[in-house]
Amino acid sequence: MLNRYPLWKNLVILLALVIGTIYALPNLYGSDPALQISATRTTTVDSSTLAQIRSLLESKNIPLRSIVLDDTGLLVRFENVEDQLKASDLIHNLLGNDYTIALNLAPAAPAWLESINALPMYLGLDLRGGLHFLMEVDTETVIRQAYERYINDLRGLLRSKKIRYLTIRQQGDSIVLKFRKAELRDKASSAIHSEYRDLQLREEEEGDAYLIHATLSEVALRDIKKAALQQNITTLRNRVNELGVAEPVIQQQGDNRIVVQLPGIQDSAKAKRILSATATLEFRLVDVEGSVSEALAGKVPPGSRLYKERNGNPVLLKKRVIITGDRITNATSGFDQQSGSPAVFINLDGAGARIMASTTKKNLKKPMAVVFIEHKNETKVINGKKVNVTRKVEEVINIATIQGVFSKRFQITGLDSVNEARDLALLLRAGALAAPIRIVEERTIGPSLGKDNIEQGTRSVIMGMLLVIVFMGLWYRGFGLVANVALVANLILIMAILSMLQATLTLPGIAGIVLTVGMAVDANVLIFERIREELRNGNTPQSSINAGYEKALSTIADANITTLIAAVVLYIFGTGPIKGFAITLSIGIVTSMFTAIMGTRALINLFVGGRKIKSLSI
Amino acid sequence: MQIFKQTPKFDFMGKRKFAIAFSLILVLASIGSLVVRGLNFGLDFTGGTLLEVGYEVPVDLNNVRKTLHQAGFGDAVVQHFGTSKDILVRLAPQQAKAGESLGDQVLTALQKAADGKVEMRRQEFVGPQVGDELRDDGGLAMIIAMGFILVYVMARFEYRFAVGSIIALIHDVIITLGFFSFFQWEFDLTVLAAVLAVIGYSLNDTIVVFDRIRENFRRIRKGTPISIINTSLNQTLSRTMMTSITTLWVVLAMFFMGGELIHSFSLALIIGIGVGTYSSIYVASTAALALKITRESLMPVQKEGADQQEIS
Repeated sequence: MLNRYPLWKNLVILLALVIGTIYALPNLYGSDPALQISATRTTTVDSSTLAQIRSLLESKNIPLRSIVLDDTGLLVRFENVEDQLKASDLIHNLLGNDYTIALNLAPAAPAWLESINALPMYLGLDLRGGLHFLMEVDTETVIRQAYERYINDLRGLLRSKKIRYLTIRQQGDSIVLKFRKAELRDKASSAIHSEYRDLQLREEEEGDAYLIHATLSEVALRDIKKAALQQNITTLRNRVNELGVAEPVIQQQGDNRIVVQLPGIQDSAKAKRILSATATLEFRLVDVEGSVSEALAGKVPPGSRLYKERNGNPVLLKKRVIITGDRITNATSGFDQQSGSPAVFINLDGAGARIMASTTKKNLKKPMAVVFIEHKNETKVINGKKVNVTRKVEEVINIATIQGVFSKRFQITGLDSVNEARDLALLLRAGALAAPIRIVEERTIGPSLGKDNIEQGTRSVIMGMLLVIVFMGLWYRGFGLVANVALVANLILIMAILSMLQATLTLPGIAGIVLTVGMAVDANVLIFERIREELRNGNTPQSSINAGYEKALSTIADANITTLIAAVVLYIFGTGPIKGFAITLSIGIVTSMFTAIMGTRALINLFVGGRKIKSLSI
Repeated sequence: MQIFKQTPKFDFMGKRKFAIAFSLILVLASIGSLVVRGLNFGLDFTGGTLLEVGYEVPVDLNNVRKTLHQAGFGDAVVQHFGTSKDILVRLAPQQAKAGESLGDQVLTALQKAADGKVEMRRQEFVGPQVGDELRDDGGLAMIIAMGFILVYVMARFEYRFAVGSIIALIHDVIITLGFFSFFQWEFDLTVLAAVLAVIGYSLNDTIVVFDRIRENFRRIRKGTPISIINTSLNQTLSRTMMTSITTLWVVLAMFFMGGELIHSFSLALIIGIGVGTYSSIYVASTAALALKITRESLMPVQKEGADQQEIS
């Protein structure tokens, strides 16, 4: 029979709509600004913490929506963002540094929705506020460091094999080893070849010296860069956790970049300091025999190097490093028991502790210096091109006399402020970055702008929809209403799919939704105009409907597929905001084909299909 | 309600000489403007620092400029953004200064001058290399999208249509860009996205028209290509108008209610939809006509008696 849909088709449509509605539902409830309080290794979060926080907030007159304790910690919900921020500071002061207090947006949907994984759409930073960084890893430094490591290893290898060499040094992108005799070189060559397969060796004679040029293979270089990037991502993740952010995004982008997104974070200066710093510490002995004034004149004693203290005073330190920052297992900030000045308490690993113990034993009552090494990023103009350069800043932050033998645990004092002690401890704890890193793009969205964006975005979607709905109703009457139902269903499906995928919804993403709303009715316009034409040509209503749908189908498919091509290309090549737009546009195109063709056909078949009718409300 | 009770009979193709002249003038003027004035690239593409702040009361820009001048940001561009309480401060990429801390410094200076009653709404920093890359990637995306579309239309229709639709696309993109260049509206990433959406939209329109032209060529045995194209344009006219109007409704809603951040985006779409509607009627068909479209080339491939068949 003409214009009847088989039952299974109706069921498929119904099922899609029911599932769509359920998964779109959490968005109606929205989210509450919340604080997620979790314990660290040394502490626990329990009902007494809950009571403590509740009484604190009550005493400060900050209204709570709810406070819940579960396996992951405490979740405190607030009425608005201002309360959330105020409470965050208060709770921080109350609990101290041993708890992680993260700003969060907690879905306000009922529990049964959450139990079937129905979550609201994931809002992008432009809608919820927060920080976005794009960071670039300095791969040149990574490679240079790798070569330095190889040079050390090769020295050790040749020494252990008792092969005498003249020099080993780095020259451009290779290591050059010099030997006096050809057979020594050949022995070294085969030893290196069997030990270090990553190195490609080339032999050469220069005067009466015999050389080996060792270069890293392409594969090895790629692996080194990859490893450095991975380590930096891990380190950044640790640092972000220290900052206290719920749902941070830390992702690789391209070969040497890392995207970091911190929703809800306001203090961009602090976040930047902590994320981009490649700080590490070195412990060195002070050269007490050498003369500083002679060193300043250019006569630095061999085995020593000139450093500067914070106040600018020059000081001579031994070149040999006692230990470096990677031996540090934990660092906490606090106050020196005697002087009351800010201090950082440091714990070392086993090897570090052993080295420290033997050094301090031998050098009792001698001064030891702590050198703080930081990489700062600057933009310079070189040959008319803007280039980002990383400058290494080395500073002696502290010189103290070794009062006794210490190994595993000790403290550093001489820091400017409590904040500095806290930041330093954080950096040391979070580990050093494998390579210097610099921020090449940064976007910060304040919470009020995010809220405005959501409101304005939602309002324009609703307004646009209403305009289209009224227009379609006036134009195509009964059929227009059917198209309107399909339009609403389309919006629900887009929201449901975005929620299921947990794809990031951005402001351009909302624009994409608005645009699909406008374009979704296009399919219906095409069909309805065709039906009108068929009617004008004198066909019966039933056959006009059938012919209208059939003839319009290939046109709709062609038109939508080409738009889909544009959207997919946008997604692949676009970044950030463009990607968000491309996602919603693509989803919208697919869902609109479903609702505007199958959905409206099902409704029209239901109302007029198989009946004898004289005219259509079109 | 209907626009036309009967299928209208406008002689679109008869006026194609005017259309060609009109399009040529617009395209040439756009190219001229793009060459002479260029595009007013936003922060996304130039690199630099941008800070949007909100005051509690309307604020005088001259005072802000003075404050920034004293703080050492004499080259900062200051303007109102949306309301008189919100301002936007822009700084060009700086030399030998750590770019990523500039925004914070400006904010501190402004807060100091206004007793802290300044709220940070948005802060952006884009490094110079990133800006260049974004611009290159955007241009690349546009070209690749057009390439794919060309291939698809060629496979579904034939090369004359493909070329016709691409000419219409380039026409629309150039004129949209021309508007942004002539009025020196800011061209940022969202506008680029809008231009790409315009490509999709304009194509959508063109395909619908071409589809009908193909159908009519196959169905109507008599009639010149011009008359068949005219018939097709008239048959699809009310659909073309309807879709443009509904899409325009929502884009206008965005333009007036969507806030400052998608202002340029919706503006680009409004222009694009207008130009795209015009081009799908005049430009694409005229181009196909100029390429000597014939009935034979549009006949479906027949398995038997394929003597009429012509593969192009």
